Amino acid sequence: MARFKQKNDKGTPALNMGSMSDIIFMLLFFFMVITTMRESSLFVKITPPKGSEVTKLEKKSLVSYINIGVPQDSYTAKYGTEPRIQLDDQIADVADIRQFVELEKSSRSEEDSQLLTFAIKADGKVKMGMISDIKQELRAASALKIFYNASREARK
Amino acid sequence: MSKKSTPGLNTSSMSDISFLLLAFFLMVSNINTDMGIARRLPPPLPPDFTPPEVRERNIFQVKINRNDRILFNKEVGDISLLKDRAKEFLGNPQDRDDLPQKEVINIPLLGNYPVSKGVISLQNDRGTSYDTYFRVQNELTAAINEMRDELSREKFNRPYKDLDQDHKDAIDKAIPVAISEAEPKNTGGTK
Repeated sequence: MARFKQKNDKGTPALNMGSMSDIIFMLLFFFMVITTMRESSLFVKITPPKGSEVTKLEKKSLVSYINIGVPQDSYTAKYGTEPRIQLDDQIADVADIRQFVELEKSSRSEEDSQLLTFAIKADGKVKMGMISDIKQELRAASALKIFYNASREARK
Repeated sequence: MSKKSTPGLNTSSMSDISFLLLAFFLMVSNINTDMGIARRLPPPLPPDFTPPEVRERNIFQVKINRNDRILFNKEVGDISLLKDRAKEFLGNPQDRDDLPQKEVINIPLLGNYPVSKGVISLQNDRGTSYDTYFRVQNELTAAINEMRDELSREKFNRPYKDLDQDHKDAIDKAIPVAISEAEPKNTGGTK
């Protein structure tokens, strides 16, 4: 009966990774709750104006976005360097807005389409001529609830 | 000794999987709190519409030209003064003759309250930048918000934001958002 001497080089014990996944899952759920899905990628650069009196936009499902800005660098060859309008995920003209409004309204129920808000997300450098044209189109399509997107800034 | 305990599952890759999920959700989602100012556009006008006569004392004209210069009360002014001027105009605390008239209206929860007939007329040029336009809108909103807050503190002893919806509606009725936007001018000649 040979007796073996116990080896002394045990090495570091393995870390217990069992609770690691719980922690990560917690993080995951946290992010899932506080975030919303990105709807479409932007083709235009937008630096919204700043304001102190901004309020939160309620009811995300009843909002359609009208993005206005200069096309991003990788799209300048395709769309030029003048400010353009982006509706959903395509570049459009002012004349397309009426159709866009109809489309957005028809994709929602009767009472929801009355509450539909059109959020104008425009770059600060865009000229008002373009935005006035858009507002006139929205009026003509009787989409009267609008929202000027901006970022918050403390009052000086 | 035949009773063996079940071997522990190797869960170390579990964390990798959940990390992957986490990374995926971080990519596809955005923490955007959309902030801004809500407005209501006037409904489309019938073709035979004639605008109602508004007395000059009831109008506060704000104009922005294509160089983003701001004109109010018929003189060029700085945007920092706009809020106080608008408050003075809409409030008319001393009932001056050159500032807007008031009409006593019975409002639930508030009783009879003299509601100002003043209208802020905002006109911009096609060449005005959106940034300036927005800052003017912001100042006018600030004026209205401050007046609402003051009235709320006076009548209900609470700031406006702490009121419930019924009280807020009453205040909103007493101090309406009276901003009228004229058709933009085109002095710059650019589209």
